[in-house]
Amino acid sequence: MVDAATETVGIRAARHARPKPSIFKRKSTIAFLMALPLIVIILLLVLYPALYSVHLATLNKSMERFVGFGNFEFLFKRETFWMVVKQSCIFAVTAVLFKALIGFFVAHFVHAIPDKGQRKWRGMLLVPWVIPPAMSTLAWFWLFDPSYSAFNWLFALVGIDPVPWLGDPYWARFSVILVNVWYGAPFFMIMYLAALKSVPEQLYEAASIDGANWWQRLWYVTLPMMRNIISITVLFSLIVTFANFDIVRVLTAGGPIDQTHVFATWAFKLGIEGGDIPLGASVSLFMVPILGVAAIFILRDITKRGNEA
Amino acid sequence: MAQVTLRKVVKKYDDTLAVRGIDLDIADKEFVVLVGPSGCGKSTTLRMIAGLEEISDGDIAIGGTVVNDVPPKDRDIAMVFQNYALYPHMTVYENMSFGLRLKKVAKDEIKRRVENAARILDITELLARKPKQLSGGQRQRVAMGRAIVRDPKVFLFDEPLSNLDAKLRVQMRTEIKKVHQKVRTTTVYVTHDQVEAMTLADRVVVMNHGLIEQVGAPNDLYHAPKTKFVAGFIGSPAMNFIPCRLEENSGALTARMGEVSLPLPASRTERYKAHVGRDMLFGLRPEHMTERRPYANGQAQDFAVTVDVVEPMGMETLLYFRINGEEVSARVEPTSAVAAGEVMPLAADLAHMHLIDPKTDKVV
Repeated sequence: MVDAATETVGIRAARHARPKPSIFKRKSTIAFLMALPLIVIILLLVLYPALYSVHLATLNKSMERFVGFGNFEFLFKRETFWMVVKQSCIFAVTAVLFKALIGFFVAHFVHAIPDKGQRKWRGMLLVPWVIPPAMSTLAWFWLFDPSYSAFNWLFALVGIDPVPWLGDPYWARFSVILVNVWYGAPFFMIMYLAALKSVPEQLYEAASIDGANWWQRLWYVTLPMMRNIISITVLFSLIVTFANFDIVRVLTAGGPIDQTHVFATWAFKLGIEGGDIPLGASVSLFMVPILGVAAIFILRDITKRGNEA
Repeated sequence: MAQVTLRKVVKKYDDTLAVRGIDLDIADKEFVVLVGPSGCGKSTTLRMIAGLEEISDGDIAIGGTVVNDVPPKDRDIAMVFQNYALYPHMTVYENMSFGLRLKKVAKDEIKRRVENAARILDITELLARKPKQLSGGQRQRVAMGRAIVRDPKVFLFDEPLSNLDAKLRVQMRTEIKKVHQKVRTTTVYVTHDQVEAMTLADRVVVMNHGLIEQVGAPNDLYHAPKTKFVAGFIGSPAMNFIPCRLEENSGALTARMGEVSLPLPASRTERYKAHVGRDMLFGLRPEHMTERRPYANGQAQDFAVTVDVVEPMGMETLLYFRINGEEVSARVEPTSAVAAGEVMPLAADLAHMHLIDPKTDKVV
């Protein structure tokens, strides 16, 4: 706004007029000093492991010799690696897509509930997201049991053959994605619900006077107003889902025959279980460029539009 | 032709009545302002005309057709909202053309209409901008442009100037009046600001507690209010209401207000006779309590007061004092050198007085 612009100009002018305080008294110095403990912790907990894993990835199996890109060359020649790349992509993209769609629709339903009953529904719908996934996945593991599970028992009642939920590669992939969607959709729901609530009611009224039907209101008002939040949640969820470990680990441990491995579980298998830590580090590092590219694309879109709304 | 007719319109929210059965006829091309304090039902009435609120009872007709069950988009109306309700992701051009694009109007026709409206409102150079890049006044113009472009039967304004600062509000008020003179369309305008109502309206509708108190031309409401509410609501500073007792002395009436007592004009005797001996409210606007002026008509009566507060306004000076326990204000010449605590002789122009029955709050 114009007012805001002139205001900041005014503040700047005022700042210039005053004599500069010494470096220890400047606000920015104090702010930096106060943030320093946190910066140190972040450096120790994030940057150090990240750099250390880069270092690890360049060593041989016994971690005694520098091999450069040797680990990556070895990985690129293995069929399993490409399968993991493919499965990770399928897993992340499909799961995020369904999480976003389901979250979007559920958010609309919840938004339509009058305020009185809404809290209750919001709380209940958040349950999957607040249970530790390792625990809830264990429950799913039992539900998927081929002989004694609830699903196959129900199927048997209506005369459908039992489904090998975790035994067949395709069903296993489906199951892993299903559990991830179940776990992650509430997050999208709550984010989209918040976004929906922030759209001014008068925009919808203006649109309905302008002659927009419900579909046009969704397309021309709701979606554009939610675009940033959709981008951010999709990016965020893409990263988290791509790096997912617990659900796949508990449900299938990568099986059958490595068909459901994603980067994290495969890196764990190679590095920790297989005893080749440099190779495991190389696998997990491979996620970085893929996610980096996704992040750049989505964030560029957000900053571009951030200036408008 | 687009008259708007309201017949016994009622709006009920659960148990509370927001609008309690109002009748109103708005003529074609007329500019009608609904005015009243917050919660008086004026906005609800406007939103019912727009179709954004369902009506609980009664009928609303636009251009002779009852529109009770017609959705907003088919009522052929355009509305300007208090917070403008511009689509933030669209440019000014896209905002203004949105309704026409939905109606699948031909591209060059849209262009022609948008450019025409932009010219009327002097926003041609803003067409490529987004709402965020506009000032409050410019956004207000765009919101009006969006309404004009649609060439509707009725314009609805819902407190369009409340979000603007005082200076801009005065400027946009004139702007709205100019636009209505150029684009003659039936207009219903809601505001809580009686100055806006007076300056803009062909006719003002004063509402209170979900009912219409009085309908009339601005000057009629000002000079001949029918109720105490209208008398007090229209005009600023508000009309003085002083408790008085009506006394009769050999055919002539006197209003006694504590130590001040004013003989009433003979022309009013017939009208007020029935209330002799009763406790009434004496109403007189501050501008009719002044120092004695040479041109004062024969109905000016002198009295003297002790001034409590003096407020110089530049073009006039406001005096505050007490009569019969009631705080009263008077408008005197800015040159008047009176100071607080001094005794000031004043003249009351009783040709403009009102007598109000406190039992019914009606002007008698």
